[in-house]
Amino acid sequence: MHLTPDIGIWIGGLLTLGIFSFLYGDNPYYKFCEALFIGVSAGHWFVTLFWTVFVAKMIRNVEIGLNTFITQGFSAGMADYMHWSYIFGGILGFLMLLRLFPKIGWISRWSLAFVVGTTSGYYFITYLVSNGLRQIQRTILPLYVHGDFYTTIGNLIIIVGTFCGLTYFFFSKEHKGTFGGLARLGIWFLMITFGASFGYTVMSRMSLLIGRMDYIFGTWLGMLG
Amino acid sequence: MRREVPLTITAIVGFTLIIAYFVPHAPFSDVRDLFSDWFMVIAAFAIYLGILNLLKINVDKVYKKRPGWGFSIVTILGFFLFVYIGIREGRDFGEFGTRYYWLYDRIYYPLMAAMFAILAFFIASASYRAFRARNLEATILLLAAFFVMLGRVPIGYYLTTWLPEGWRMGNIADWIMDFPQTAGQRAVMIGIALGIVSTSLRVILGIERAFLGGE
Repeated sequence: MHLTPDIGIWIGGLLTLGIFSFLYGDNPYYKFCEALFIGVSAGHWFVTLFWTVFVAKMIRNVEIGLNTFITQGFSAGMADYMHWSYIFGGILGFLMLLRLFPKIGWISRWSLAFVVGTTSGYYFITYLVSNGLRQIQRTILPLYVHGDFYTTIGNLIIIVGTFCGLTYFFFSKEHKGTFGGLARLGIWFLMITFGASFGYTVMSRMSLLIGRMDYIFGTWLGMLG
Repeated sequence: MRREVPLTITAIVGFTLIIAYFVPHAPFSDVRDLFSDWFMVIAAFAIYLGILNLLKINVDKVYKKRPGWGFSIVTILGFFLFVYIGIREGRDFGEFGTRYYWLYDRIYYPLMAAMFAILAFFIASASYRAFRARNLEATILLLAAFFVMLGRVPIGYYLTTWLPEGWRMGNIADWIMDFPQTAGQRAVMIGIALGIVSTSLRVILGIERAFLGGE
């Protein structure tokens, strides 16, 4: 055992233990770490957004736009709308904060409408193309591949599984008879998908846990290797 | 004003972004880039709104000395510590060697990683309940998770070394991921796409107005 003299690692180790103490039950040590986590998360996002969005995107572009107005005149400045118009983004963002004032809070809906409109317009296309059309295109596969039994079976499984899975999601017709049978087969495929996803989720959490244990027993307490 | 202006903004922005996909030239491409940057600015303000609300609640708790007000002080101090150091460090606040990096690496990261790692215990208990083979569907779920988990770790490989190549745990996990899992995933993805496309269209056309609230 070789304890590290690094005070930072001691802090990190003690905070990790604090979070893990919740496994024993809710306690003040955990609550302290939880409260600290909430505060530092908020602080971290505040700082990150300040430098990466406000300064790098908004202030920098508005500055360039205003410089064009000053150095090259009004018409050149107006033509440089890709820079100065960031001020409108800032105004819309500021309107969002009006939600804190109940009397004029309704104005924040304008910013919200912009966000909803952007998301809708963007998702309409991206989901239609990548999740819809491209997935359908990839499902249109040859039913028989000469001399390749493995791929033939695989293609059949993909075609039948996708079709039956979609049948399950079709609720306009009652799931009875042949249609019900297809939907049931679709559920089996969906169960395989959910099982695999669950397996991966468990694995990723376990991997994080192993990482933390390595930090406590290796980096902090020096008990490993 | 309260309904018409937001609906008009949504329609204009939504249609502009759709048109920009089909006409990827100026001015539509410029406007698309501009809108996506404005979106980020507004999203940042929305997060700031949440942060201000968090501070308001915690300051209020301390001021009124409500139960657990001491923990609220920890939250407030943690917040201001990160903000003070982060703003003072300048644009390169996250670079290796800065004071902010030290705080991130020694306080924020261990807390975040531990918070997510603790879920491993809860997910284990959830697995116990979910993976009981009560019916055929639950059995399929159990088997898929079993093969995928075991197929991705060395023990799965060692347990099945006696089997011919292609029938080992790793190969079975790969086969599940490549075919039946892909089929189910594809059905889910196409279903999501259809749902999002129809909802987006309803929002842009002003049929779906739930985001405007009840007034």
